[in-house]
Amino acid sequence: MKSLQEQETELLQKESGILTAKLQRRSFLQYAGAGVAGVALIAAGCKKDKSTPGLDSGVDLGTGDIGILNYAYALEQLEGAFYDAVVKSPYASISPAELSLLTDIRDHELAHREFFKKALGTSAIVGLEVNFSSINFADRTSVLATAKAFEDLGVSAYNGAGKLLKTAKYLEVAGKIVSVEARHAALIRDLISNGTFADATTVDGNGLDVARTPIQVLTIAKTYIKTAVNASNLPTS
Amino acid sequence: MNIVNILEEIEKVDGEVYERLNPRRAAMKSFYGFGSKVALAALPMALGSMFKKAYGQTSSGVIGVLNFALTLEYLEYNFYQTAINTPGLIPAGTPAAGAINTIRDHELAHVNLLKSAITTSGGTPVAYTAASFDFTGKNNFPAVFSDYPTFLAVAQVFEDTGVRAYKGQAGALMSSPGILQTALQIHSVEARHASHIRQMRKAPAGGGVTALKPWITGANDSGVAAAAASYAGEDNVTQLDINIPGLGFSVNASTEAFDEPLTMPQVLSIASLFIK
Repeated sequence: MKSLQEQETELLQKESGILTAKLQRRSFLQYAGAGVAGVALIAAGCKKDKSTPGLDSGVDLGTGDIGILNYAYALEQLEGAFYDAVVKSPYASISPAELSLLTDIRDHELAHREFFKKALGTSAIVGLEVNFSSINFADRTSVLATAKAFEDLGVSAYNGAGKLLKTAKYLEVAGKIVSVEARHAALIRDLISNGTFADATTVDGNGLDVARTPIQVLTIAKTYIKTAVNASNLPTS
Repeated sequence: MNIVNILEEIEKVDGEVYERLNPRRAAMKSFYGFGSKVALAALPMALGSMFKKAYGQTSSGVIGVLNFALTLEYLEYNFYQTAINTPGLIPAGTPAAGAINTIRDHELAHVNLLKSAITTSGGTPVAYTAASFDFTGKNNFPAVFSDYPTFLAVAQVFEDTGVRAYKGQAGALMSSPGILQTALQIHSVEARHASHIRQMRKAPAGGGVTALKPWITGANDSGVAAAAASYAGEDNVTQLDINIPGLGFSVNASTEAFDEPLTMPQVLSIASLFIK
């Protein structure tokens, strides 16, 4: 993250028409009714941060709506590969009911993946190589914990990406997918511990699910993605 | 939160934001220059008063969507609260009771959040109480609070409809990115509820609807004929002109993988069955 000073310099250059005028402290204070001064404005420290450590080189997701769709495609590739591995080699003594549910989820994720690939056409990123070395596919606990992490992450990813899309039909299709991911997330959570489908680890006191920015999501996801991904051109607002 | 960023965003859609905030412009110039010295604690208050003065209210379209959502949340909250208040309906001391309490808590939180968002935006929130609703759906579900499986069936229909209702309004909120994100964050919670209620209906006590899945297969998979309107179009298999079965997937998987939206008139028509 850049220092506040750097950010302000950047702003000054960008918004020179507004910013070159002399500071008029008194009029602002009167206007805003803020009588207290002197504490650093910490909030400004989150100015669009273009530095994306570990996500600034490699397969370029692209810009604008295409970038966001490629970002979704990357996540669906990850989920698809995971459930494909789960279903091909299920954990020990898996019940028919669980295998059936996980097979359904596998099909949904692969459908999402292939849909994005087709929709993106020549703009689609390449197939990503995954790294599942931290997952024990023979162990139910390991598989379901990973599934929960992926599904909750996917929900938070779509929740955070919706406002970055500029085209209504893309927003609509993202909305069609995210609720299915949430249905998966709730089911996986209930398989791990019945009743945790929407507990306080994912729904806050306002009844809101988690939303994450692409950078936050990919920073978590890249543990499982071997191919380097460049997310630095994605829209941030 | 970042005031500078927020102002930049607003400026993109409203080039005169700074003029609106203070016609003399001086205040906003000051704001930029002075930003690093403003007390953080005073910021939200300062912002609130600034925007209220500048815009008076959020666009009536956005407030309309928020009131629409609030109506549905009132319906859901009062539905679960009435069920919880009905002795012997939800098996006491079971995970089911815990789940219904959790869902009720979320619906109430949504009611309060939306009320506050509408008021803050300068609108007037709609107001409903339990007495405003007829949960038998004009006698389509006379046993809704006496028969547990019927209660769960109606709950599933409410949750699935709620998911579709929020989804259908996303496009109308694109001009208000913050509100859009909040709506999406509610939307996925409703989907989590739907998933769990569907699992509850599979259990013997919940009605033993074993064919039901946490996701929607085809159109009306609820087993409730009267709920057909809530599932109309869920059997769609074409997304952005791409035929999903054509990519090598079964029709069932193709419908399950994508939930479909409902328009506001469709949802209001369904809701009118339950509003006195």
